[in-house]
Amino acid sequence: MNRAVELRDHQRELYNFQLRLAIAGGAVLFAFLVLFVRFFYVQVIQHDYYHTLAEQNRIFIVPVVPNRGLIVDRNGVVLAHNFAAYTLEIMPTQVDDFEDMINRLSILVDITPKDRKRFQKLLEEGHDFASVPIRTRLNDEEVARFAVNAYRFPGVELYARLFRHYPNGEIASHVVGYIGRISDPDVVDLKNKGMAANYSASDYIGKVGLEQRYEKDLRGVTGYEHVETDANGRSVRTLRSILPVSGNELRLALDARLQQVAEQVFGTHRGSLVAIEPATGGVLALVSRPGFDPNLFVEGIDPQNWDALNNSPDHPLNNRALQGVYPPGSTFKPFMALAGLESGKRKPGFTISDPGYFMLGGSGRAYRDWKAGGHGIVNMHKAVVESCDTYFYGLAHELGIDAIHEFIGQFGLGRTTGIDIEGEVEGLLPSQEWKQRRFQQKWFVGDTISVGIGQGYNLTTPLQLAFATAILANDGRIFRPHVVQHIQDSQTGELTTIEPEPIGEVTLKPENVKRIRDAMVDVMKPGGTAAWAGMGAQYLFAGKTGTAQVIGLKGQKYDEDRIHARHRDHALFIGYAPADDPKIALAVLVENGGHGSSTAAPIARQVIDFYLLGKEPQLVKPATRKPAQEPAQESAPELAPEQEQALEHVLEPDPEQEGD
Amino acid sequence: MINRLYAYLVKHLDRYLLTLVAILLVIGLLTLYSAAGASLERVAAQMANICVALALMWIAANIPLHYLSRIALPLYVIGLVLLIAVAAFGEIVNGARRWLDLGFTRIQPSEFMKIAVPLMLAWYFDRYEAVLKMRDFAVGALLVLVPVLLIVLQPDLGTALLVTAAGFFVLFLAGLSWKILVGLVLAGGASLPFLWSMLHDYQRQRVLTLLDPSQDPLGAGYHTIQSTIALGSGGVFGKGWLNGTQSHLDFLPERTTDFIFAVYAEEFGLFGNLVLMVLFLLVVFRGLVIAANATTLFTRLLAGAITLTFFTYAIVNMGMVSGILPVVGVPLPLISYGGTSLVTILFSVGLLMSIHTHRRLVQT
Repeated sequence: MNRAVELRDHQRELYNFQLRLAIAGGAVLFAFLVLFVRFFYVQVIQHDYYHTLAEQNRIFIVPVVPNRGLIVDRNGVVLAHNFAAYTLEIMPTQVDDFEDMINRLSILVDITPKDRKRFQKLLEEGHDFASVPIRTRLNDEEVARFAVNAYRFPGVELYARLFRHYPNGEIASHVVGYIGRISDPDVVDLKNKGMAANYSASDYIGKVGLEQRYEKDLRGVTGYEHVETDANGRSVRTLRSILPVSGNELRLALDARLQQVAEQVFGTHRGSLVAIEPATGGVLALVSRPGFDPNLFVEGIDPQNWDALNNSPDHPLNNRALQGVYPPGSTFKPFMALAGLESGKRKPGFTISDPGYFMLGGSGRAYRDWKAGGHGIVNMHKAVVESCDTYFYGLAHELGIDAIHEFIGQFGLGRTTGIDIEGEVEGLLPSQEWKQRRFQQKWFVGDTISVGIGQGYNLTTPLQLAFATAILANDGRIFRPHVVQHIQDSQTGELTTIEPEPIGEVTLKPENVKRIRDAMVDVMKPGGTAAWAGMGAQYLFAGKTGTAQVIGLKGQKYDEDRIHARHRDHALFIGYAPADDPKIALAVLVENGGHGSSTAAPIARQVIDFYLLGKEPQLVKPATRKPAQEPAQESAPELAPEQEQALEHVLEPDPEQEGD
Repeated sequence: MINRLYAYLVKHLDRYLLTLVAILLVIGLLTLYSAAGASLERVAAQMANICVALALMWIAANIPLHYLSRIALPLYVIGLVLLIAVAAFGEIVNGARRWLDLGFTRIQPSEFMKIAVPLMLAWYFDRYEAVLKMRDFAVGALLVLVPVLLIVLQPDLGTALLVTAAGFFVLFLAGLSWKILVGLVLAGGASLPFLWSMLHDYQRQRVLTLLDPSQDPLGAGYHTIQSTIALGSGGVFGKGWLNGTQSHLDFLPERTTDFIFAVYAEEFGLFGNLVLMVLFLLVVFRGLVIAANATTLFTRLLAGAITLTFFTYAIVNMGMVSGILPVVGVPLPLISYGGTSLVTILFSVGLLMSIHTHRRLVQT
């Protein structure tokens, strides 16, 4: 070691280091001095002020909950609003024996066992500091009785609170959704978003539907008051108050009356209907039957009602329009036909001779048409009008699955549409790649055949079908479906319009679109599968019926009367009108409804009649039918309905057995 | 026999630091008892934490210095790898990705960096002692910034601040030129808008609220308003132990952890604050003395950085509770409830002791 050099260096280093240490020491002292000055200022000079705050008169900061924004339909019909009512609430932290307290309260105000159960449930779910309602909507007499005796009930308070109310009950319940009490997961979520402060002392948050999706707009901004209270906690005066900002109003594209009519004509059927304005993507009606009364959820649903809704085999809480997936059945055929024309695989004049089945070359396997004996000589027009399966089996085979996937995928099937309601599912438009990914299996040629008639792996939601129909009606222009049309600012009154959002275009030749349209118009005329439903329409009505199988029937003939109601086929219908200037495009699905022509198409007809002509529904056919649970006697339509329950292996894709 | 065991046990402990730490820990337990609503449950849990932390302090105090300098680099690298692992697989708790689940236990690698970063930097500058150049400072800065950036992204502002401080103190004590220091301050000022855009909404809210807590009395300003009321209402001599109303009536949030000082200040007043400040100052000055007397650049830098980081804990926490610094998650050293920070702090105090008691061995 070279000590001489190191030593000199070392000493200077040490001197420098110690100098810096001394500077740091000085900085530490200075920082503590600043801190001490701050302590002195707060604890000595301002002591009286803070002492007052903390000891004698406690200043409470009381949040003032904002008015939640209204939800109104396109004509101003109110779908969700607020009203003020008195509620009796218990502070859990200040009461030891709830049972005793509630018993004594029940002498003054009416408290039902349901109220008690709900209270118990809310108590268990409750988060910090919340006061828990034992009775809501007290009448004047009860309010007076309690107010006089309030001193006997420490920890029980009477509050005037705003309640959310859905005046139309079940109507549009799946669209509007509901608010409910803030749950623990909601609290965590709000904290993570840094929005917890805006929800202080407020109990409600949007849970489902538009109430959930537009929570931020509807909510508003919480105000607060600095309230001086005496030693007993009673407020003496308000020192300062910042007013809350009401939530914004939602104006929907939805037409509440149309919605009501649509729900009415479903009668007791389960199912879904989605109607879209093709030119804007505005959702005119979105039905999911059965519905539920959203008012039940507002103050916390009682266990009895909850069990009834949640455990019902009809699943009323499911939004079938967005979450129900069904094979599109023959409603798939117009899109297949268009794929054939656009790809050049089919000329309009091309005909086949339909023997009543399609033979897949090489496999020796026959795919049966719904009509025994076949449709004879069939061109594309007739194939759509009579819903000829054989024609589309062959077309599907020639196009191949990936071409079908690519072309029809443009119409939004098999993916979410982006509607402004949460919870949409994707459905499925199969492809080779998908099957490989899902089953680690290659695609078989046989798989394609059944896809051609909307069966096989195909799964779509009613919303997707309506969306695809709107695109077709709109000559290929695509607008994102949306329920909310305008948001009105509560402060400025300014209207923010949700502009129709063109999200693309399917390039289509006008003459091809016209051919499909003409065929769909003829579906509704004598000779077409939905002639009965189209009879006497005062506008040009384009449509297509469909039937989707619920279970595979091994070797048996489908006999509607003999099978269990829940195993009966789903009825489908897509359509738009007026066909020469489409104002409304819709898709209807009736669960276990049998045939598209007999149940789904008449529903569509009545909805469109009402929308275009203002004609009230006659409610003859579907609404007066017997409940769907019982085996229904189908009054046979004049024209043969579709019977496309072809072969079992077509309808029940079984990759294990299918080989080539 | 017993005498020899005792001698062995205390051989590497520093009497001054040990006494100060003991007093502070007792104050902490007393305050915790009050803050937890006179319940022994938390106190018992904290005592368990203290036992573990004291054991680790003893181990740290007995680590020979040459060994310490040898593990600096591996420790830093391990810490960095763990931080990257957190970014990739960390668990999200309360919106921040800070924890790493090892199967048998969960660790917070960012906490580890509070020691690993100053250790690494001190070692680095010690290696290049004779030839400290600009380049070395740039490397040093990089060694600090990489882990800090990872911690900011978690996001954990409090820990990022402390790691930055620890690293900066090494740079400063190693002789970073004043010109650069001034330049850094200016550059820092200039980069504020950029930093602002990097911050999460809730972090921005905290900064805004510092400027005017009354703007958001229910949300971000609530902590500061309530803790200032606690402080101010304590007055000169306080309301007396167990008599704080702010804390006992549930006005004070996080009153056993980051805001425990508000409970203390409410119950013991300005006088109590003065006592606490003196105790902290004594710890800091003892640490500075140890640094001044340390024999190698490595130990000097390490001791200085550890001491000033301890100071940073105290000043940031008390500044935040009294409303002159933004609310960042920094505990009050040796007082706040919580095992993680206690272990880190006592381990670094142990390192200080080791630096002091092993120095003769190095000299000879």
